[in-house]
Amino acid sequence: ITTNMECAVDAQSLISISLMKIHNSRTQRGGIKLHKNLLVSYVLRNARQVYIKEKYAEIYRMQQYEEVRTVCNEIQELNPLDLDSEDADDEDQARAACCGDETSLCHRGAAQPAVHVRAPSTLLGCCPFEDSSKESEPCEYRSCCMEASPVSHFDPFSADNIRHCNKTTVLDLDTHVVTTVENGYLHQDCCCDALQGGQGAQSPAKKRKGEFGGCVSEAEDVSDFTAARKRAKREDCSYSNPDYTETSNISNLISIFGSGFSGLLSRQADLEQICSKQALAGLGAWTRAIVAF
Amino acid sequence: MGEDAESPKINHTFLRDYVTEADVISTVEFNQTGDLLATGDKGGRVVIFQRETESKGESDEPGETGDSGEYNVYSTFQSHEPDFDYLKSLEIEEKINKIRWLPQQNAAHFLLSTNDKTIKLWKVSERDKRPEGYNLKDEEGRLKAVSTITSLQVPVLKPTDLMVEVRPRRVFANGHTYHVNSISVNSDGETYLSADDLRINMWHLGITDRSFNIVDIKPANMEDLTEVITAAEFHPHHCHLFVYSSSKGTLRLCDMRASALCDKHTKLFEEPEDPGSRSFFSEIISSVSDVKFSHSGRYLLTRDYLTAKVWDLNMDKGPVETYQVHEYLRNKLCSLYENDCIFDKFECVWNSSDSVIMTGAYNSFFRMFDRETGRGVTLEAWRESSKPRAVLRTRRVYTGGKRRRGDVGVDSLDFTKKILHMAWHPSENIIAIAATNNLYIFQDRVNPETQAQ
Repeated sequence: ITTNMECAVDAQSLISISLMKIHNSRTQRGGIKLHKNLLVSYVLRNARQVYIKEKYAEIYRMQQYEEVRTVCNEIQELNPLDLDSEDADDEDQARAACCGDETSLCHRGAAQPAVHVRAPSTLLGCCPFEDSSKESEPCEYRSCCMEASPVSHFDPFSADNIRHCNKTTVLDLDTHVVTTVENGYLHQDCCCDALQGGQGAQSPAKKRKGEFGGCVSEAEDVSDFTAARKRAKREDCSYSNPDYTETSNISNLISIFGSGFSGLLSRQADLEQICSKQALAGLGAWTRAIVAF
Repeated sequence: MGEDAESPKINHTFLRDYVTEADVISTVEFNQTGDLLATGDKGGRVVIFQRETESKGESDEPGETGDSGEYNVYSTFQSHEPDFDYLKSLEIEEKINKIRWLPQQNAAHFLLSTNDKTIKLWKVSERDKRPEGYNLKDEEGRLKAVSTITSLQVPVLKPTDLMVEVRPRRVFANGHTYHVNSISVNSDGETYLSADDLRINMWHLGITDRSFNIVDIKPANMEDLTEVITAAEFHPHHCHLFVYSSSKGTLRLCDMRASALCDKHTKLFEEPEDPGSRSFFSEIISSVSDVKFSHSGRYLLTRDYLTAKVWDLNMDKGPVETYQVHEYLRNKLCSLYENDCIFDKFECVWNSSDSVIMTGAYNSFFRMFDRETGRGVTLEAWRESSKPRAVLRTRRVYTGGKRRRGDVGVDSLDFTKKILHMAWHPSENIIAIAATNNLYIFQDRVNPETQAQ
């Protein structure tokens, strides 16, 4: 994608416009137009690629690697849910940098909030669950592990631990059900693009589960979008900064559409929840949030 | 926009806002002789026009043919009604997506019309006689009292006023899960194809409960979907060949003799993308909105958002001719995306000798390109500037350089006035242009008959 944009509309606006179109198409007479939605998803993908590239370039220009790493280490030891005292900006930078270098990973997670942790399951010992009572709304905590990555020098943890740890553990704080998904590949929140990894062996069914961290608290067919919705809710309650919340909502939406046409047809029912008033109302604040980011 | 002097009493501009959605014409098609012209609209109605064979006295000139070129309404009928898919809770629009005439075999005319889901075969026949002299019924059809019948008579056919009857003869339902975008009658006269976003079916005109699926591009996992079928057409002479276009800008020629399922194309026509022109909207503007075989069967004409291209069936590396329809819109793709205009599907047509191609644009403009010279003209289908029998003057969109009187600036273009549907008479230089809810018929008086090449 060239940066030679033919008009003043930038990637973020295009993303929100595209999402609106997809949302509106659901109520159009005659049913969802497959062709049009496919074309809109291409625009969405293109805009997302530009957006992520821009974000990455920005992050890469920032702090030195070592500084970022230090901050990253500090974050790991914190209670992941108790982040009010943290500077949101630092977290994002640190987390984003943690997630991998620009060439291989972290395409999608650049704007993810830091509630998730790149830690093996052992970190659950930090007992974040106890803090659930503090939260005003039910939230979801998720930890995830990275599969072996070609470039793991950002990894502050034991390399062995990471490489062999291919489980995703999910706690749904609504029901307090803990679920572990085996062989789920890279969690999108982990900012790891599994396309570079050995995903070829994954079956499509597994892929769908893993893609969202196997966020299964009920039946197997909890939709991907329900997962994202819960994620969005968690971010709302974790951060008081409304701009930040809205950014993360939109980023989640970007992740959802990461694989091109993912879920546009099969998850129609939940799209409405994603494109909720909350997400759409916050679109205007996006620009501010990005600048602050 | 260049405006003619308007009568102070009549101001048509307010009428624009009162166009009923249902009246918007959605398809136009001449039959094989050109005597009949059918239009379909968003309200599911079909209007058939017939060419007058009587010449008007006023315009009689020595040497002029008997055909005055005027088309008058022949018949109107409701083809499709709004429908509802209860299983999916989906409304099915009654809009007529395509009409195709069958070759005439007897006194009656047959046409196929389709909405998003269902194709129907209609028989259009004339009745100018009626039987009279029934024994048991009187003239109004009431039963006679038996006691009043004293003799037997043989009913006879008496001439009566011409009546045009349209009756549905076949309903081809439940063949498509996705929205039907094309139908095409085969040259064998017995079969036709219907194409939706992901599949193409072949039907026999006499059989409604079965169809053959000849193309299926639905991926096993819908998340892997990357392209859809946008148009399909049978070859005009070879009953085993058909072509279909995709949203990725490719054309696939398929030979039904090769296998039952033509997922594997016989030929793939694709133009390599120019990496320097990549933008957010590259995929959208490369989607082919219409594909038409030339009358000769040698060439293909395609339309994407900004261009019309002619392809040689013998060369699949790229088009042999590319015509810029409205290149000035390339800088406006963002706003055209916002207002959904970028999704408009323009049709394209050949003239009878395949020497001229025509396609529509915005602001009620349509364009014709002479293939020999490569030059194009812009014409306008607009009531104010088209008095009957007046010569259409060419228009121009101002894109720089010396501005001429009558030029229209790009920012003055009315994007609500789009010419999407059109048809060219099969043998003469008569064109039918659909402009929203109006149908314009233009005839070349200078060269009414196309010169054979």
